Amino acid sequence: MAGEVSKAIPTKELWEGGRSPFSMSYGKMMMWFFLISDALTFGAFIVSLGWFRYTYPSWPVSDQVFFHFPFVSGHVPLGYVAFMTFILIISSVTMVLAVEAGHRNDKSGVVKWMVATIIGGFIFLGSQVWEWSTFIAGPDGLIETWYDNATITSNPYGPPQYAQFFYCVTGFHGFHVFSGVVINIVILVNAIGGTYERRGHYEMVEKVGLYWHFVDLVWVFVFTFYYLL
Amino acid sequence: MERDDIKEYSLGAQHSEEEGRKIRKNIIKVTILLSVITALEVIVGVYFSKSNDSVSDRAWTLIKYGYIVLTLVKAGYIVLEFMHLGHERKSMKFTVLIPYIFFIIYLIFISLNEAEAVSDSNFPLNGNF
Repeated sequence: MAGEVSKAIPTKELWEGGRSPFSMSYGKMMMWFFLISDALTFGAFIVSLGWFRYTYPSWPVSDQVFFHFPFVSGHVPLGYVAFMTFILIISSVTMVLAVEAGHRNDKSGVVKWMVATIIGGFIFLGSQVWEWSTFIAGPDGLIETWYDNATITSNPYGPPQYAQFFYCVTGFHGFHVFSGVVINIVILVNAIGGTYERRGHYEMVEKVGLYWHFVDLVWVFVFTFYYLL
Repeated sequence: MERDDIKEYSLGAQHSEEEGRKIRKNIIKVTILLSVITALEVIVGVYFSKSNDSVSDRAWTLIKYGYIVLTLVKAGYIVLEFMHLGHERKSMKFTVLIPYIFFIIYLIFISLNEAEAVSDSNFPLNGNF
Protein backbone atom coordinates (compact mmCIF):
# COMPACT_ATOMS: atom_id res chain seq x y z
CA MET A 1 0.00 0.00 0.00
CA ALA A 2 2.57 2.59 1.01
CA GLY A 3 5.02 1.88 -1.79
CA GLU A 4 7.93 4.15 -0.86
CA VAL A 5 7.88 3.16 2.77
CA SER A 6 8.09 -0.55 2.19
CA LYS A 7 10.69 -0.34 -0.60
CA ALA A 8 14.18 -1.52 0.33
CA ILE A 9 16.12 1.64 -0.44
CA PRO A 10 19.92 1.32 -0.07
CA THR A 11 21.20 3.37 2.88
CA LYS A 12 23.50 5.50 0.74
CA GLU A 13 20.61 6.62 -1.42
CA LEU A 14 18.36 7.09 1.62
CA TRP A 15 20.65 9.51 3.47
CA GLU A 16 22.54 11.17 0.64
CA GLY A 17 20.07 14.03 0.32
CA GLY A 18 17.45 15.09 -2.15
CA ARG A 19 14.80 12.92 -0.54
CA SER A 20 13.25 12.40 2.87
CA PRO A 21 15.14 9.64 4.68
CA PHE A 22 11.92 8.81 6.50
CA SER A 23 10.00 8.56 3.23
CA MET A 24 7.59 11.08 4.65
CA SER A 25 6.76 14.52 3.36
CA TYR A 26 7.78 17.60 5.31
CA GLY A 27 4.24 18.45 6.43
CA LYS A 28 3.50 15.00 7.80
CA MET A 29 6.89 14.84 9.53
CA MET A 30 6.29 18.17 11.24
CA MET A 31 2.83 17.06 12.35
CA TRP A 32 4.43 14.00 13.98
CA PHE A 33 7.05 16.19 15.69
CA PHE A 34 4.34 18.47 17.01
CA LEU A 35 2.39 15.47 18.29
CA ILE A 36 5.48 14.17 20.08
CA SER A 37 5.90 17.48 21.91
CA ASP A 38 2.21 17.82 22.70
CA ALA A 39 2.07 14.28 24.02
CA LEU A 40 4.88 15.09 26.41
CA THR A 41 2.89 18.12 27.59
CA PHE A 42 -0.07 15.92 28.41
CA GLY A 43 2.30 13.35 29.85
CA ALA A 44 3.55 16.03 32.22
CA PHE A 45 -0.04 16.76 33.28
CA ILE A 46 -0.79 13.14 33.99
CA VAL A 47 2.45 12.53 35.84
CA SER A 48 1.88 15.60 38.03
CA LEU A 49 -1.65 14.34 38.70
CA GLY A 50 -0.10 11.10 39.90
CA TRP A 51 2.45 13.02 41.98
CA PHE A 52 -0.18 15.13 43.77
CA ARG A 53 -2.46 12.21 44.23
CA TYR A 54 0.16 10.16 46.05
CA THR A 55 1.00 12.98 48.42
CA TYR A 56 -2.47 12.47 49.86
CA PRO A 57 -3.37 9.38 51.88
CA SER A 58 -6.84 9.34 50.34
CA TRP A 59 -8.31 10.51 47.04
CA PRO A 60 -11.91 10.49 45.82
CA VAL A 61 -13.05 7.42 43.92
CA SER A 62 -14.21 8.73 40.57
CA ASP A 63 -17.14 6.41 40.02
CA GLN A 64 -18.69 7.94 43.14
CA VAL A 65 -18.28 11.44 41.69
CA PHE A 66 -19.17 10.82 38.04
CA PHE A 67 -22.43 8.93 38.17
CA HIS A 68 -24.74 11.34 36.39
CA PHE A 69 -26.30 10.58 33.04
CA PRO A 70 -28.34 13.12 31.08
CA PHE A 71 -32.11 12.63 31.21
CA VAL A 72 -31.67 9.72 33.65
CA SER A 73 -32.32 10.35 37.33
CA GLY A 74 -30.58 7.22 38.56
CA HIS A 75 -27.02 6.36 39.51
CA VAL A 76 -25.00 5.38 36.45
CA PRO A 77 -21.37 5.30 37.65
CA LEU A 78 -18.90 6.19 34.88
CA GLY A 79 -21.72 5.78 32.35
CA TYR A 80 -21.46 9.10 30.62
CA VAL A 81 -17.67 9.05 30.57
CA ALA A 82 -17.80 5.64 28.89
CA PHE A 83 -20.18 7.10 26.32
CA MET A 84 -17.78 9.99 25.69
CA THR A 85 -14.88 7.58 25.24
CA PHE A 86 -16.87 5.58 22.69
CA ILE A 87 -17.83 8.73 20.81
CA LEU A 88 -14.20 9.75 20.51
CA ILE A 89 -13.10 6.26 19.42
CA ILE A 90 -15.87 6.13 16.79
CA SER A 91 -14.94 9.59 15.51
CA SER A 92 -11.34 8.36 15.25
CA VAL A 93 -12.57 5.40 13.21
CA THR A 94 -14.55 7.63 10.86
CA MET A 95 -11.39 9.72 10.47
CA VAL A 96 -9.37 6.63 9.46
CA LEU A 97 -12.09 5.78 6.97
CA ALA A 98 -11.85 9.34 5.57
CA VAL A 99 -8.09 8.89 5.14
CA GLU A 100 -8.64 5.54 3.48
CA ALA A 101 -11.16 7.08 1.10
CA GLY A 102 -8.57 9.75 0.35
CA HIS A 103 -6.10 7.06 -0.61
CA ARG A 104 -8.56 5.91 -3.27
CA ASN A 105 -9.15 9.53 -4.39
CA ASP A 106 -12.80 9.01 -3.48
CA LYS A 107 -13.89 12.61 -2.84
CA SER A 108 -17.47 11.84 -1.76
CA GLY A 109 -16.20 9.21 0.68
CA VAL A 110 -13.75 11.67 2.21
CA VAL A 111 -16.50 14.29 2.63
CA LYS A 112 -18.93 11.78 4.12
CA TRP A 113 -16.50 10.43 6.72
CA MET A 114 -15.12 13.85 7.65
CA VAL A 115 -18.65 15.13 8.32
CA ALA A 116 -19.18 12.13 10.61
CA THR A 117 -15.90 12.89 12.40
CA ILE A 118 -16.86 16.54 12.92
CA ILE A 119 -20.26 15.54 14.29
CA GLY A 120 -18.55 13.15 16.72
CA GLY A 121 -16.24 15.96 17.80
CA PHE A 122 -19.14 18.29 18.50
CA ILE A 123 -20.98 15.59 20.46
CA PHE A 124 -17.86 15.08 22.58
CA LEU A 125 -17.47 18.82 23.22
CA GLY A 126 -21.12 19.19 24.24
CA SER A 127 -20.77 16.16 26.52
CA GLN A 128 -17.70 17.64 28.16
CA VAL A 129 -19.56 20.90 28.83
CA TRP A 130 -22.37 18.90 30.45
CA GLU A 131 -19.86 16.95 32.55
CA TRP A 132 -18.30 20.20 33.76
CA SER A 133 -21.65 21.64 34.75
CA THR A 134 -22.67 18.55 36.73
CA PHE A 135 -19.21 18.42 38.33
CA ILE A 136 -19.41 22.08 39.34
CA ALA A 137 -22.97 21.71 40.63
CA GLY A 138 -21.78 19.35 43.36
CA PRO A 139 -23.62 16.58 45.21
CA ASP A 140 -26.89 18.49 45.46
CA GLY A 141 -27.01 18.89 41.69
CA LEU A 142 -27.69 22.63 41.73
CA ILE A 143 -25.27 25.24 40.44
CA GLU A 144 -27.09 27.98 42.37
CA THR A 145 -26.08 26.61 45.77
CA TRP A 146 -22.49 27.73 45.94
CA TYR A 147 -21.52 26.18 49.24
CA ASP A 148 -21.14 22.71 47.76
CA ASN A 149 -19.91 23.72 44.33
CA ALA A 150 -16.60 22.52 42.95
CA THR A 151 -14.29 25.44 42.25
CA ILE A 152 -10.57 25.80 41.71
CA THR A 153 -10.00 26.58 45.39
CA SER A 154 -12.18 23.94 46.96
CA ASN A 155 -14.49 21.12 46.04
CA PRO A 156 -16.89 18.87 47.94
CA TYR A 157 -15.31 15.65 46.66
CA GLY A 158 -11.78 15.72 48.06
CA PRO A 159 -8.54 17.72 48.09
CA PRO A 160 -8.48 20.96 46.04
CA GLN A 161 -6.20 19.33 43.45
CA TYR A 162 -8.94 16.87 42.50
CA ALA A 163 -11.06 19.61 40.93
CA GLN A 164 -8.02 21.58 39.77
CA PHE A 165 -6.75 18.66 37.73
CA PHE A 166 -10.21 17.92 36.41
CA TYR A 167 -10.58 21.44 35.06
CA CYS A 168 -7.02 21.78 33.76
CA VAL A 169 -6.59 18.38 32.14
CA THR A 170 -10.06 18.06 30.63
CA GLY A 171 -9.96 21.76 29.77
CA PHE A 172 -6.68 21.44 27.88
CA HIS A 173 -7.93 18.29 26.20
CA GLY A 174 -11.27 19.90 25.34
CA PHE A 175 -9.43 22.83 23.81
CA HIS A 176 -7.45 20.43 21.66
CA VAL A 177 -10.69 18.74 20.59
CA PHE A 178 -12.17 22.12 19.74
CA SER A 179 -9.18 23.18 17.66
CA GLY A 180 -9.23 19.76 16.01
CA VAL A 181 -12.87 20.21 15.07
CA VAL A 182 -12.15 23.68 13.64
CA ILE A 183 -9.24 22.34 11.59
CA ASN A 184 -11.39 19.43 10.42
CA ILE A 185 -14.06 21.88 9.23
CA VAL A 186 -11.46 23.86 7.28
CA ILE A 187 -10.12 20.70 5.63
CA LEU A 188 -13.68 19.53 4.90
CA VAL A 189 -14.43 22.82 3.13
CA ASN A 190 -11.22 22.42 1.16
CA ALA A 191 -12.10 18.85 0.21
CA ILE A 192 -15.59 19.83 -0.91
CA GLY A 193 -14.12 22.67 -2.96
CA GLY A 194 -11.93 20.17 -4.79
CA THR A 195 -8.55 21.52 -3.60
CA TYR A 196 -7.18 18.05 -2.93
CA GLU A 197 -8.67 16.59 -6.06
CA ARG A 198 -6.75 19.20 -8.06
CA ARG A 199 -3.63 18.53 -6.00
CA GLY A 200 -3.84 14.85 -6.82
CA HIS A 201 -3.70 13.45 -3.30
CA TYR A 202 -5.44 13.74 0.06
CA GLU A 203 -2.39 13.89 2.29
CA MET A 204 -3.79 16.92 4.15
CA VAL A 205 -6.65 14.72 5.35
CA GLU A 206 -4.04 12.27 6.61
CA LYS A 207 -2.14 14.96 8.52
CA VAL A 208 -5.28 16.31 10.13
CA GLY A 209 -6.24 12.73 10.89
CA LEU A 210 -2.99 12.31 12.84
CA TYR A 211 -3.94 15.27 15.03
CA TRP A 212 -7.40 13.86 15.60
CA HIS A 213 -6.06 10.44 16.59
CA PHE A 214 -3.67 12.14 18.97
CA VAL A 215 -6.65 13.83 20.65
CA ASP A 216 -8.30 10.42 21.01
CA LEU A 217 -5.08 8.92 22.37
CA VAL A 218 -4.80 11.58 25.07
CA TRP A 219 -8.39 10.94 26.09
CA VAL A 220 -7.65 7.22 26.46
CA PHE A 221 -4.90 8.07 28.94
CA VAL A 222 -6.90 10.75 30.78
CA PHE A 223 -9.81 8.31 31.08
CA THR A 224 -7.58 5.69 32.67
CA PHE A 225 -5.56 7.87 34.99
CA TYR A 226 -8.22 10.26 36.19
CA TYR A 227 -11.44 8.23 36.08
CA LEU A 228 -10.39 4.65 36.59
CA LEU A 229 -7.33 4.71 38.81
CA MET B 1 9.79 26.19 -2.31
CA GLU B 2 9.09 22.94 -4.06
CA ARG B 3 6.23 20.91 -2.63
CA ASP B 4 7.56 17.56 -1.57
CA ASP B 5 4.24 15.88 -0.81
CA ILE B 6 3.69 15.53 -4.54
CA LYS B 7 6.68 13.24 -4.77
CA GLU B 8 6.31 9.52 -4.46
CA TYR B 9 5.78 9.62 -0.67
CA SER B 10 2.09 10.40 -0.70
CA LEU B 11 1.30 9.01 -4.14
CA GLY B 12 2.78 5.70 -3.05
CA ALA B 13 0.14 5.56 -0.30
CA GLN B 14 -2.71 5.40 -2.78
CA HIS B 15 -4.39 2.07 -3.26
CA SER B 16 -7.05 0.43 -5.36
CA GLU B 17 -10.67 -0.30 -4.43
CA GLU B 18 -9.94 -3.95 -3.71
CA GLU B 19 -7.06 -3.25 -1.34
CA GLY B 20 -9.32 -0.64 0.22
CA ARG B 21 -11.85 -3.29 1.13
CA LYS B 22 -9.20 -5.35 2.94
CA ILE B 23 -7.95 -2.27 4.73
CA ARG B 24 -11.46 -1.31 5.83
CA LYS B 25 -12.01 -4.79 7.21
CA ASN B 26 -8.84 -4.45 9.27
CA ILE B 27 -9.99 -1.05 10.53
CA ILE B 28 -13.32 -2.51 11.65
CA LYS B 29 -11.50 -5.34 13.42
CA VAL B 30 -9.30 -2.89 15.34
CA THR B 31 -12.37 -0.78 16.18
CA ILE B 32 -14.18 -3.76 17.67
CA LEU B 33 -11.08 -4.68 19.67
CA LEU B 34 -10.79 -1.16 21.08
CA SER B 35 -14.49 -1.04 21.93
CA VAL B 36 -14.35 -4.40 23.69
CA ILE B 37 -11.32 -3.33 25.73
CA THR B 38 -13.02 -0.07 26.71
CA ALA B 39 -16.22 -1.86 27.68
CA LEU B 40 -14.19 -4.28 29.79
CA GLU B 41 -12.42 -1.41 31.55
CA VAL B 42 -15.71 0.34 32.29
CA ILE B 43 -17.36 -2.82 33.63
CA VAL B 44 -14.39 -3.58 35.88
CA GLY B 45 -14.31 0.08 36.91
CA VAL B 46 -17.94 0.03 37.95
CA TYR B 47 -18.18 -3.38 39.66
CA PHE B 48 -14.69 -3.67 41.11
CA SER B 49 -14.05 -0.08 41.97
CA LYS B 50 -11.88 1.05 44.85
CA SER B 51 -15.00 2.05 46.82
CA ASN B 52 -16.21 -1.55 46.73
CA ASP B 53 -15.30 -3.14 50.05
CA SER B 54 -15.28 -6.67 48.69
CA VAL B 55 -12.22 -5.82 46.58
CA SER B 56 -9.12 -6.91 48.50
CA ASP B 57 -5.90 -4.94 48.33
CA ARG B 58 -4.25 -7.60 46.24
CA ALA B 59 -7.16 -7.66 43.80
CA TRP B 60 -7.03 -3.89 43.52
CA THR B 61 -3.30 -3.97 42.69
CA LEU B 62 -4.01 -6.49 39.94
CA ILE B 63 -6.87 -4.36 38.61
CA LYS B 64 -4.66 -1.26 38.64
CA TYR B 65 -1.98 -2.92 36.55
CA GLY B 66 -4.66 -4.42 34.35
CA TYR B 67 -5.96 -0.93 33.55
CA ILE B 68 -2.48 0.32 32.68
CA VAL B 69 -1.75 -2.68 30.46
CA LEU B 70 -5.11 -2.34 28.67
CA THR B 71 -4.54 1.37 28.18
CA LEU B 72 -1.13 0.71 26.65
CA VAL B 73 -2.66 -1.92 24.36
CA LYS B 74 -5.31 0.58 23.25
CA ALA B 75 -2.71 3.29 22.76
CA GLY B 76 -0.57 0.87 20.78
CA TYR B 77 -3.37 0.00 18.41
CA ILE B 78 -4.35 3.65 17.93
CA VAL B 79 -0.77 4.69 17.18
CA LEU B 80 0.25 1.72 15.05
CA GLU B 81 -2.96 1.20 13.08
CA PHE B 82 -5.05 4.37 13.12
CA MET B 83 -2.10 6.74 12.89
CA HIS B 84 -0.44 4.31 10.51
CA LEU B 85 2.90 4.39 12.32
CA GLY B 86 3.17 0.63 12.06
CA HIS B 87 3.47 0.94 8.29
CA GLU B 88 6.08 3.68 8.29
CA ARG B 89 9.83 3.29 8.04
CA LYS B 90 11.54 1.73 11.05
CA SER B 91 13.54 4.91 11.66
CA MET B 92 10.29 6.92 11.85
CA LYS B 93 8.69 4.43 14.22
CA PHE B 94 11.66 4.60 16.57
CA THR B 95 11.88 8.40 16.34
CA VAL B 96 8.39 8.57 17.82
CA LEU B 97 8.35 5.61 20.18
CA ILE B 98 11.78 5.49 21.84
CA PRO B 99 11.69 8.95 23.53
CA TYR B 100 8.26 8.06 24.89
CA ILE B 101 9.25 4.77 26.35
CA PHE B 102 12.23 6.31 28.13
CA PHE B 103 10.62 9.56 29.25
CA ILE B 104 7.38 8.04 30.41
CA ILE B 105 9.00 5.25 32.41
CA TYR B 106 11.32 7.78 34.04
CA LEU B 107 8.51 10.21 34.78
CA ILE B 108 6.34 7.50 36.31
CA PHE B 109 9.24 6.44 38.53
CA ILE B 110 9.81 10.03 39.64
CA SER B 111 6.14 10.74 40.28
CA LEU B 112 5.62 7.69 42.44
CA ASN B 113 8.89 7.97 44.40
CA GLU B 114 8.84 11.68 45.05
CA ALA B 115 5.13 11.72 45.83
CA GLU B 116 5.64 8.97 48.37
CA ALA B 117 8.45 10.99 49.94
CA VAL B 118 6.24 14.08 50.20
CA SER B 119 3.39 12.00 51.56
CA ASP B 120 5.67 10.54 54.21
CA SER B 121 6.76 13.99 55.30
CA ASN B 122 3.22 15.44 55.25
CA PHE B 123 1.62 12.48 56.99
CA PRO B 124 4.53 10.95 58.89
CA LEU B 125 2.48 8.70 61.15
CA ASN B 126 0.24 7.35 58.42
CA GLY B 127 -0.16 3.65 59.01
CA ASN B 128 2.71 3.49 61.50
CA PHE B 129 1.11 4.23 64.84
